[in-house]
Order: sequence, then structure tokens, then C-alpha cells
Amino acid sequence: MKIGVLALQGDFREHLLAAKQAGHAGLTVRRSEELAEVDALILPGGESTTIAQLARTFDLFTDIKKRIAEGMPVYGSCAGMILLADRIVDGALGQETFGGIDMTVRRNAFGRQVDSFESDLNFNGTEMHAVFIRAPWVEELSSSVQVLSDVIAADGKRHPVAVRQGALFATSFHPELTTDLRVHRYFFDQVCAGAIK
Amino acid sequence: MSEAVGTARVKRGMAEMLKGGVIMDVVNVEQAKIAQDAGACAVMALERVPADIRAQGGVARMSDPDMIEKIKAAVTIPVMAKARIGHFVEARILEALGVDYIDESEVLTPADFENHIDKWDYKVPFVCGATNLGEALRRINEGAAMIRSKGEAGTGDVSNAMMHMRKIGGEIRRLSSMREDELYVAAKELQAPFALVKEVAETGKLPVVLFTAGGIATPADAALMMQMGADGVFIGSGIFKSGDPAARALACVKATTFFDDAKVVADASRGLGEAMVGINVADLPAPHRLAERGW
Repeated sequence: MKIGVLALQGDFREHLLAAKQAGHAGLTVRRSEELAEVDALILPGGESTTIAQLARTFDLFTDIKKRIAEGMPVYGSCAGMILLADRIVDGALGQETFGGIDMTVRRNAFGRQVDSFESDLNFNGTEMHAVFIRAPWVEELSSSVQVLSDVIAADGKRHPVAVRQGALFATSFHPELTTDLRVHRYFFDQVCAGAIK
Repeated sequence: MSEAVGTARVKRGMAEMLKGGVIMDVVNVEQAKIAQDAGACAVMALERVPADIRAQGGVARMSDPDMIEKIKAAVTIPVMAKARIGHFVEARILEALGVDYIDESEVLTPADFENHIDKWDYKVPFVCGATNLGEALRRINEGAAMIRSKGEAGTGDVSNAMMHMRKIGGEIRRLSSMREDELYVAAKELQAPFALVKEVAETGKLPVVLFTAGGIATPADAALMMQMGADGVFIGSGIFKSGDPAARALACVKATTFFDDAKVVADASRGLGEAMVGINVADLPAPHRLAERGW
């Protein structure tokens, strides 16, 4: 599979490396022509306002929305989760997202950088170690969105941190910052495999 | 469930999220909003940009907490702030304020002419300046989670940023070409810990993200530094000391992402109005060169 990684800003190199280590061609996507070449897309960690601004400026915004509507598999980590949310809270004024997953995501929900943390969690039935950086969580979601992982936050409540709706998949945490490929493999083997003809 | 905050991984990981981006100096809420709207990946909140510190002189210190709080409240992107070199109480104050990154910066007047802050002891990550590889590795050894080449702040003259990026890159390439038994002497010469020297020799890069700062004033300057291997750029006085800050900020963001595409950088360079006037670093008397602060 040709896995594109949106390379406007953020840790796109780490996602490219994960795609290659999992045996797929990893391609950077900064332009519409490059988007047209790929079977699936990863939205990396970074600043969601910066990525959205650059996507608008370089005419990628509507093309990505269109590919999402057509069923292209997309995985978003952290900022990528925000960009896949139909609705956000605590965002910048007028902040736009590509949308696609019927959920509300709270930006920087776990707090600022001093609250960034590492934690063990259960992802889709397997234990793993996850890195959360100024991370969002899923505040509210429709019944068509599947929760693959959740964690108990400082408010004492469980919040979803990995979700899937059809071909769209998002995590609050950053598997690309670890050497563990299981989350990426889940995207390639479970999400993409079913969605790409 | 084991949970840990303030680990090296979350501190260094935060810098990974800033890569490919522009961090802009801002002195008030209005500028912070302009920076965010233009696509800055973070802002540096400070009372005076380096060009004004240079012009006005006097002792430059940590900014007023109220001003930092206001900027934090106005934007959703990360907010950084500067502490004086070695001023570990200013750093504690910034940590208590909840800033996302502390810049232990030579742009402020140093508080200690021998020691830097012990940065391992904080939950908040630090970025530090460096003019060469040995300095970068000493800062990382003290706990810095991100390095920026220093350049010469507040000048709009990119030549020192270039010199420092060439120096750091050249020294890394030299280590990569050495036999392992030669690395002991290399560590002695770099005045850096052997373990870090060995790691750099093996990986061919710093163990943390490397940005460039000091003298970047145009989209072309930003693209130049990205082509020199920077992971991203800090722009201090270059944006808000120019004729049209909003347009210049967006242009620098575009040029940083498309640094290898001359056509995009050319388009981004059009119609920006006046760049900051600037000072040639060569005309600065040695005591006024900020890059020489840090040890």
C-alpha cells in the first residue's frame, strides 16, 4: 500500500518511518498531486491550527475532505485526531477541521505540557505503553464510533483516547514516538485492508 | 496503570511536535493572535524582542507573569518563555505559570557566568542555545530537551545562524566518520560527555530536536536554515519589526514547510513590505554579541 503522511508540519518523519518499518511505501503529502497518489493518509502529531492553515493555503483542505468522504482510510495521532473530529471544544476561534468522525474532541484536554505523560493502557485488547503530549481526548461521540482505548484522567473519569469509525481511526497518543508498531499495524492491517479495494 | 509526567520522552516528544514549524517572538496578545492565525507552531512570550533589548540596553530579565498569563489565555498553541541563563528561580516561576517550554536564553542578561540550570529537575522542558556541538551536548547533558543554534539575536543578519548550523552539522559529520576508539579524544575536545558523543557518532544526529534562531528575517532565511538541516526556526524580531507582520509571518510559515521548493519560497517572498532594517553582526562590538553568552 502507498501510505501518505501529511507533511505540512509536525512529526511526519516518524510516521513515515513506521510505515516503512511495517513494509509499506511511505510518501510525503504536501500537495494535491501527491494526495492523489496515495491509498491511505496519516495525519501526524503537530499543531492542528498550523496544519489546517497550511492545508487551506495550499489548496489541500477540500481535497482531503473529499478523499475522506470517498472512503480513503485515514489515521490521525493527537493533532490528527483533532483534524478528524466533526466538532472540537477549546479550539482556536473559528478553527477548522477536516472532520469525518462523528465526535467532539477537546483540545489539550489533559492539560498543558507540564501535564504531558506516559502511561500503560489497553488498546483493542492488548497492553501497551503510550505517550501523551498536550493531548486531546474524545469528549462525546455517536454510537457509530467504536472506542478502542480509554484512560482515567485527573477528573476521575474515563475518556476515549483511541477511536474508529469505518475507515477513519484516531489516537490521542503518539505511537510514532515509540518503537512499538502495533498501532500502525492495526491501521494498515485492520482499517486499510478492509477499505482499500 | 503506571503514569509518569515530565519524563525525557514527553519533554523531547513535545519538541518533535514543533518540527517543520515557526516559533515566533510576541510581546502582547494582539501579536500572539497574529502569529497563531499565520500558522506559528508556538509563540515565545517576552516583554521586548531582541532588537529592542539591544537598542534599549539595561538588564534583560524574565517577563512579567501577568503578560505571560494573558498570552497563554489568548492562544491555543504552545507558549514558551525565557529565563536568564542559570536563573533557576525564574525557571521555577515559569514552570509554576504552566508555560509549555522554557528557553534558557542568552538573549537575557545571564544570572550565572559558570553554571546553567539543572534542567532534569523540572517537569517543564527546556530549549537552550548552542553555537557548536560541544555546547549543544553540554546543554543536553544538563537536561535540555531541545536545542536551537544561537545565531545573533536581534540583528536580522543570518550569517551567525549559518555559521552555527554549519559548525554543529560539520562536527556531527566528523564524529560519524571516526573509529570508535577515537571518540574518547573527540569527547575531550568537544568538552562533552562520552556517552552523548558516542550516541551522536552512531545516529548521525543530535538526540533532541534542533531548531535555528538568531537573525532570521525573511522567508528565504527560513528556507536556508531548513536546507541546512534545521528541524524548524525561531523568528524573533524579524516578524514584528517588519512592515507587515501578518503577511511576513504567513510567508515564513510557508517557506519553512516548502523550504526545498524555490517557487513556493519565491511566491512567499512577494509583496511583504519592508523587512526589519537590521544590524550587521560584524559591526557589533564584541561585548554586545549575545551568542558568546553560554559556557
